Amino acid sequence: MSALLEVRGISKAFRGLKAVTGASLEVPQGAIVALIGPNGAGKTTCFNMIAGVFKPDSGEVVFAGRRIDGLRPDQICNAGIGRTFQIVKPFAGLSGLDNVMVGAFNRTVHAAEARRIAFEILDKLGLGPKRDLPAASLTLPDRKRLEVARALATRPRLLLLDEVMAGLRPTETDVMVEVFRELNRRDGLTILLIEHVMRAVMALAQNIVVLHHGEIIAAGAPQDVVRDPAVLECYLGEETEV
Amino acid sequence: MSAPASPLFADRRAIGLLLALLALLLALPALVNSYILSVAILILYFAYTGQAWNVMMGFCGQLSLGHSLYVGVGAYTVAALFVHYQISPWVGVWLAVVICTLMGLVIGFLAFRFGIGGTYFALLTIAFAEFTRIGFDHFDWVGSSGGFFLKVESHGTLDLLNLRGSPTMFYYLALAMCAAAFVFCAWLLKSRAGYYWQAIRENEEAAQALGINTFRWKMLAVGISSAMTSLAGVFFAFYYNNLFPEQIFNISRSIEIILGPIIGGIGTLFGPILGAAVLTILADGITELVAAMGLEIPGVKQVFYGVVLLLVVMFLPHGIWPTLARKLGLGQGSGK
Repeated sequence: MSALLEVRGISKAFRGLKAVTGASLEVPQGAIVALIGPNGAGKTTCFNMIAGVFKPDSGEVVFAGRRIDGLRPDQICNAGIGRTFQIVKPFAGLSGLDNVMVGAFNRTVHAAEARRIAFEILDKLGLGPKRDLPAASLTLPDRKRLEVARALATRPRLLLLDEVMAGLRPTETDVMVEVFRELNRRDGLTILLIEHVMRAVMALAQNIVVLHHGEIIAAGAPQDVVRDPAVLECYLGEETEV
Repeated sequence: MSAPASPLFADRRAIGLLLALLALLLALPALVNSYILSVAILILYFAYTGQAWNVMMGFCGQLSLGHSLYVGVGAYTVAALFVHYQISPWVGVWLAVVICTLMGLVIGFLAFRFGIGGTYFALLTIAFAEFTRIGFDHFDWVGSSGGFFLKVESHGTLDLLNLRGSPTMFYYLALAMCAAAFVFCAWLLKSRAGYYWQAIRENEEAAQALGINTFRWKMLAVGISSAMTSLAGVFFAFYYNNLFPEQIFNISRSIEIILGPIIGGIGTLFGPILGAAVLTILADGITELVAAMGLEIPGVKQVFYGVVLLLVVMFLPHGIWPTLARKLGLGQGSGK
């Protein structure tokens, strides 16, 4: 299996503060990879470099054999990478349906077709009954789901999920996990997720990459990574039981 | 959001109301005197310009406070071609549209390429309107600050080709422009462009993450808005027959354009129309009332605009239309 996404030694500093230093990771085609690490480790910065919000100071990002670092976010989306935001950014004044239709217009210029795609995805994520409500009136878990729905509507090959499980109840987490498993299995969607909820990480990820102080300190299969002493020390040891 | 009516039903009621309104408007010149007709023309003029401005601000969230620029340049272009070369406004209008669209795109390019947004974008639009005004003040070919005049024909003429005729002709012209703008904007809003614009308005970063080239779509909004507004300028030139840079490019003209949609409901299709009607009727009513009482209060209209704006912003922050639409049982489909 070749890597769909290859991140090679990317670094980013903000006014001298090193957020990410020489991080490399691979996401194989069809895999689910989790990026974990303590708060402030640089996970979201990594995401933003992949998604085109920031241009890396050095290093390269290769997606499907093509350099994408330095491209604009819309170009990266069109290349086949969908993303969600950790701090959700719904189109607050628009209905849930309209939110998802915006994403679906990436595939079609016809409103009717975009609406059909949006219906399908909203149903898949359990937002069907709430599709006519303005996004501003949705609960936080629903807004997170809406973020996923919107990103999915662009039909990405790789989906970047930034803490979509945060704030969900364990049963809701399980439902979301099932949704992503299904997308991965049936549609062959490749997923890279940032997540603190270990319940979701262990259930989903085939590979875990651990980021600490902007550097990758461990990578590998979940059961190996969570036993890695360095990982335990910096992150998992104190408060998370697995 | 209580009891959402089915979209089809809501749309049908909205269309019914719209047709009734259109029938009334078509019959209006036969029913009213020349004073009321002149007020009606003014309402239609502001409804049209408001609709044009709304494409940029209401749909796409880009605040222009310099739309008088496009009215003025559009007006001067057709008027100059008509006066100097006897070119029919139906031909001149194309040049007006091209020039105004280009000016809009230049402003848009400067702002969007270099990340000038929000208030600073609004200031840029004012700046362009202002230095164009100063430019025209010294532009002798079109009369500079002394004004530029079209020959007024006797009242009986009806020369559609050269837009010379009675107020009734101008009334129907304004009505046609309004109706066309309404249909066009309704279509835009339901198309991909409308969705993309609203996405940019609501959250530009999220819009970009969904693959939207926000620069391109904002440029489109500015281009369409400025092109539409230039047509209002053509109307203005031939209806009023006189153009003064001091008046037509004045920032208060720009403010007048945006008051209608703000009071009626930004981003809605009916808002600009409703706002124009409410404002024009009330402002004229106040002026008449003050005159009838034998008082002379200069600037009473402006004060009145301020008061209405204040009240609407305080009590109906989304404008009159969204509230009214809910009361009438018209759903989101038409109120959007």
